[in-house]
Amino acid sequence: MSKRSPNDLIDTKYLIKQVEKELESSSRRLFGKQILSLGSLSLLSGCALTDGDSAEKMLVSVSRWNDRVQAFLFDPNKLAPTYPESMITKPFPFNAYYGEDEIRDVDGTRYKLELGGLIRERKPWTLSQLAMLPQTSQVTRHICVEGWSAIGKWGGVRFSDFLKMVGADTTAKYVGFKCADDYYTSIDMPTALHQQTLLTLTFADRILPREYGFPMKLRIPTKLGFKNPKHITEIYVTNDYPGGYWEDQGYNWFGGA
Amino acid sequence: MQISLHPRYVRICHWVNALAIFLMVTSGWRIYNASPIFNFLFPKSITIGGWLGGGILWHFAAMWMLVINALIYLMVNILSGRMQSKFLPLYPKQLFTDLRNALLLKLQHSDITHYNAVQKAAYLSVMLGIFIAIISGLAVWKSVQFPLLRELMGGYDNARVVHFFAMTFIVSFVMIHLLMVALVPATLKTMLFSRKQVIQQGADK
Repeated sequence: MSKRSPNDLIDTKYLIKQVEKELESSSRRLFGKQILSLGSLSLLSGCALTDGDSAEKMLVSVSRWNDRVQAFLFDPNKLAPTYPESMITKPFPFNAYYGEDEIRDVDGTRYKLELGGLIRERKPWTLSQLAMLPQTSQVTRHICVEGWSAIGKWGGVRFSDFLKMVGADTTAKYVGFKCADDYYTSIDMPTALHQQTLLTLTFADRILPREYGFPMKLRIPTKLGFKNPKHITEIYVTNDYPGGYWEDQGYNWFGGA
Repeated sequence: MQISLHPRYVRICHWVNALAIFLMVTSGWRIYNASPIFNFLFPKSITIGGWLGGGILWHFAAMWMLVINALIYLMVNILSGRMQSKFLPLYPKQLFTDLRNALLLKLQHSDITHYNAVQKAAYLSVMLGIFIAIISGLAVWKSVQFPLLRELMGGYDNARVVHFFAMTFIVSFVMIHLLMVALVPATLKTMLFSRKQVIQQGADK
């Protein structure tokens, strides 16, 4: 019984992942309390580490410090590695805070990208208007905060070109995103202006499929996957920290690779 | 007998390092569980952080403790000449003899102020193990910003594997280390107290 077919292995891996996801979503809700489920460290009672509030505050302030360190380490001229198309991961994994059966359908013909905040020309953009802008594409590695990675090909409008075209205040601190699947996130301006950051309309040379964020997502190869919002409906520029869906629950905000 | 115990900075660095390694390993297991490299998970009860986000918060806070402490230890240790006198020279022949004697439980361990060749090799290799854990961890964390480290580790995915085995090595060291302390409990006392306190405690008995 020691011999297993590759299919068995894949199934087991898939199963582990699904079970893990289930556990993840239930434990996540208990974040404030669960963060200190220290297992054997609970033996150190009386120590500051068992004091939930102060330990969590300490961890969150170190995470803010790590944001600053990452902003310092971020080199606008350093490019994420690109790969030959032969290395593209097939099938490319689906990933979101919900299951594949809950992917939102966005009507591309009625789609409008809203602009807000510190942007001069805030008129909404239709999908065909976005498609008429100069396009570029790149094969890069998507790195998930969970640890796995996958290589894909994304195409679209260079985000820095778009921001300059609509008159965004590029001296502002943040660019925020609101999405059709109620996801939201935000990034730092230097990353928004990075030459590989793409307002993405295609995946593998085809119209962006719904599971990868139709009609439009932001692809940032210098950041982790959760910083790459899908189904974007609104982009705004601001100096007030906008947070994000995962970031508000404890993921590091900068999320740089 | 003239005993020269561990200087205070060594004792402080040792325990800060022990706590940092404990936090790094147990939070690292939590992070590993989110996307296992191999066909197993670490039991949740021996991990910290509660969920992936909590594990990451602990991991990326304790890393500062680990790195800053390691730098202080190495700097003082090297500049004071203690590194040279305690851990060197290390000859393969002596290591082999001592290792054989240790496995046959024949190794003399009466003078705990002097490291035998097996100890020298073990302590130096765990320093190397922690160093590899740190640079492979940096390659995983900042695979875009540190391209040289990334390539040195054989790419992003491989850096995770290197990081995992560095952890495995460190944990193996800790287990043997704890076993040895259990066999020679006097070593624990010297890592806790100053020389004066240890002599006093000896007199109390």
